[in-house]
Amino acid sequence: MIAPGALSRFQDDFAHALIAVDEAPLPAMAALVRQPAFAVYRNTVAKACIDALQANYPAVNRLVGDEWMRAAAAVYARNTLPGLPMLLGYGADFADFLAHFEPAAELPYLPGVARLDRCWTEAHVAATEDRLSPASIAQLAEGNFYRMRLQPHAAARWVWCAEAPVWTIWSRNRTDAEDEIDIDWRAEGALLTRPRDTVIWRALDQAGCAFLDSCAAGGTIAEATQAALDVDRNTDLSRLITTLLDAGAFSSIRSEEQ
Amino acid sequence: MTTFLTAGLGLKPQHFDAALDCGSAGLWFEVHPENYMVAGGPRLAWLEAIRGKHPISLHGVALSLAADTEPDAAHLRRLAELARRVEPALVSEHLAWSTWRGAYHPDLLPFPRSTEALARIADNIARTQDALQRRIAIENPSHYLKLNGHDWSETDFLRELARRSGCGLLLDVNNVHVSAHNMVYSAADYIDAFPGDAVMEIHLAGHSQDPNLGAALLVDSHDAPVAPAVWALYERLVRRIGARPTLIERDDNLPAFDLLLAERDRAAAVLQESLAEVA
Repeated sequence: MIAPGALSRFQDDFAHALIAVDEAPLPAMAALVRQPAFAVYRNTVAKACIDALQANYPAVNRLVGDEWMRAAAAVYARNTLPGLPMLLGYGADFADFLAHFEPAAELPYLPGVARLDRCWTEAHVAATEDRLSPASIAQLAEGNFYRMRLQPHAAARWVWCAEAPVWTIWSRNRTDAEDEIDIDWRAEGALLTRPRDTVIWRALDQAGCAFLDSCAAGGTIAEATQAALDVDRNTDLSRLITTLLDAGAFSSIRSEEQ
Repeated sequence: MTTFLTAGLGLKPQHFDAALDCGSAGLWFEVHPENYMVAGGPRLAWLEAIRGKHPISLHGVALSLAADTEPDAAHLRRLAELARRVEPALVSEHLAWSTWRGAYHPDLLPFPRSTEALARIADNIARTQDALQRRIAIENPSHYLKLNGHDWSETDFLRELARRSGCGLLLDVNNVHVSAHNMVYSAADYIDAFPGDAVMEIHLAGHSQDPNLGAALLVDSHDAPVAPAVWALYERLVRRIGARPTLIERDDNLPAFDLLLAERDRAAAVLQESLAEVA
């Protein structure tokens, strides 16, 4: 007769033994962990986590190679099991992990590249919604325009990276293209959108990122414009807004009262 | 509308275009719902396009029904939402646990088949069926470890689960072959003892030898064609219980779509023969 609660205790001990590879097993688990077949479970859990991170961070993987990537992913997975079973979302903070991962210290662009891989996944699975067309803006009276608010599209993601040309590095490594042109070492940003079914991307300057940050925080177009000008007083606003609309960065525009 | 399913295929993203174009009569596809629990975008659009042409089965891997806790309410809601969207012909899950105290272990983990576990799992299945408003099928797992504390044989445990919760069963014949080899019992006896009336679906898949332990340990790897011994067990099963929806599972080392379709056609022929005998 097994005492009530035995199933919970078994699952506590088994889950611990799966992860605690370097520890002596708990007495209740010793007979199981000693069996060579216990490794099948340890390997399956670790492999699924590592495979998922490798799939979710393809540009990072291409830069560092399979061996380095799988070793880093194994370290990450030992400390951070998935919280949800949708593994497409696993590794949300992998960029932060890389920023503090000692062996990555020589690769200062790696966290930024990881952030853009994550942006791609978020854009890929975001809710489906129409984009605001450039034509719908053209019909608006100029007097009202600056008091209105632009709603960023559910699939729009943007990142500004002051440390490295992450846009150039990421976009070259997101595809299999070979590109030998030297990289100009400067700060860069990127905008990812999904105007239809496919995620597309383009470079975005710091003023553009500031404009979108302000829109996302609920700012009026006047406030977003000011945020962009604060970053770069030479910003061509008409060109910026056209670029953002063409990319599908917004889903709607609404007046202040709404 | 009731669709009678014959033989189907696990659907992999690499085969989406071929699957969409395939006009094979009675063909259906099975997917892991966790891969389609997204807010929107191309994944859902693909699945809905396939669903427009073929029946779909949702085969969950993450409800963690054998965990000593209720199924996660948010996960049940996501599953119900996907089921509402694709109106699956079948919904199934595993006799296993994976999520425990907020951490998801991406595997199908074992447990002692105690009377305590039976009560918990029957309750978890009932909660799932209530949330989905439909009967689900529960799959027999592959075994690698010798566990203590079993009060029930697996076939009796599954029979009692079906009796208490009203659930159906999914009999994975490859899992029977792999487990019988690893735990040293007769696969044929297991197949013969399985509660046939409750079987809603049958799975067939390939297995491989463990890379470290060799022939001593078979692994349910889904990376090879269905083995001859598994085909023989399948034919034995269908002779006894009659035709049931049968799925070819393949997850790794993917061959061309046509090769999977040929395995699927072989299973369809076994089912056809059984139906012809009844008629």
